[in-house]
Amino acid sequence: MNKDDIRLTPISNGTVLDHLPVGTALRIIEILGLEKAEDAVTVAINTESKSLGRKDLMFIEGKALTKEEIDKIGLIAENGTMNIIEKKEVKKKEKISLPKQASGLIKCVNPKCITNIESLPTKFTLTQNPLKAKCQYCEKTISGEEIFKAIQ
Amino acid sequence: MVGFNLRDIVSISDFSRKDIEAVLAKAADMEKTPKSKKDTILKDKNVAVLFFEPSTRTRLSFETAVNNLGGSVIGFADAGVSSTKKGESLSHTIKVISGYADMIVMRHSVEGAARRAAEVSKKPVINGGDGANQHPTQTLLDLYTIKKQFKKIDGINIGLLGDLKYGRTVHSLMYAFANFKNVKVYCIAPDSLKMPKNIIEDTAGNIEMKETSKLEEFLPELDVLYATRIQKERFVDEFEYEQIKNVFILGKDNLKNVKKGFRLMHPLPIVNEIKTELDGSEMALYFEQAENGIPVREALLAMLKGVKK
Repeated sequence: MNKDDIRLTPISNGTVLDHLPVGTALRIIEILGLEKAEDAVTVAINTESKSLGRKDLMFIEGKALTKEEIDKIGLIAENGTMNIIEKKEVKKKEKISLPKQASGLIKCVNPKCITNIESLPTKFTLTQNPLKAKCQYCEKTISGEEIFKAIQ
Repeated sequence: MVGFNLRDIVSISDFSRKDIEAVLAKAADMEKTPKSKKDTILKDKNVAVLFFEPSTRTRLSFETAVNNLGGSVIGFADAGVSSTKKGESLSHTIKVISGYADMIVMRHSVEGAARRAAEVSKKPVINGGDGANQHPTQTLLDLYTIKKQFKKIDGINIGLLGDLKYGRTVHSLMYAFANFKNVKVYCIAPDSLKMPKNIIEDTAGNIEMKETSKLEEFLPELDVLYATRIQKERFVDEFEYEQIKNVFILGKDNLKNVKKGFRLMHPLPIVNEIKTELDGSEMALYFEQAENGIPVREALLAMLKGVKK
């Protein structure tokens, strides 16, 4: 077994998330609930990358992501890459982008917000450079680390 | 009406410059029109005035505006007498009442309550304040007062004084001024109550903003000073409040060095931040400001009448 085989456990069917910013892989495990996954999840943290210098990388066996899951990842790993693997072949490769709107993806951090008082799905308006998310109800704006933590 | 496509009045952020100008023009019309010539505008219309949280000026001025336009008021001034006390959700309360009334005016302590109400209501909703979030009719009456006094909003030099960290009126004014040209805003506050960074960033480029903790620094440049109350309940440390509370008490002595035509505004209630010696002075615009709530609210009610949702 050579070094590459040790680092990367290839999957037969599932999803590979590549070019993830360093520090996002563990949060993605939480967001997707992968700690309870039935199949293998292989994670590389702070691994070398030709284009990024360093990156996180994930192999998720037996799972195709839903649109909502991809949107959640897009909030913290914009410009990452998603590869859909079927029968050990890359069936589809796409760039992860920031969702246009965030409905139900983020919990509002304002305890006095109506979404934390009545059971309502949250709605956030997103703006870039730097990324900010504004609650459409209470108008509280969050950015950076706050968004990272508030994804539900 | 041209330039006004809003179906609810929830947040000043929803308003374009055209929307604001349309409201101010309509309010000027309303102010000129005697009651006898406008008392059929809301004929046969029920306006639900729902105050889940107490208020004096906002509620009474809305009710006066409805009465002036010939409409009927239904509602309550205290959530304790509503079904909220039994645990009904706001969404359900509003959905039901929007079946009874032609418009809803509401105040609620929960932030975002007005946006939610506008979503579920079959009829237009006017936000009379949702917690620390928005109070758009206050902002519109503030703008109307400035326009009426100075004949313009573009190019105005305004000082915002006091609690700029938590005060919703000054936050909304920042966003409103960002729609106009060459407005200079001087934020005058102690370090612990400065204008939040995100609001400065959101409005940067559209308004020229300067910050200071000294009232006298920019005073001679101001056309208008908008003072706000420093609220004790905002402070974790009572000692800090005691140190700050008297820093910006305005009186004849510290408002000597002002330009001709200078005016003093305040959203009211005033506790001790403006000495009563100024009440009768030419510069005191705050009582007229409060009165301007009537034509502005009449304008909004008239403009939303018959809006289909």
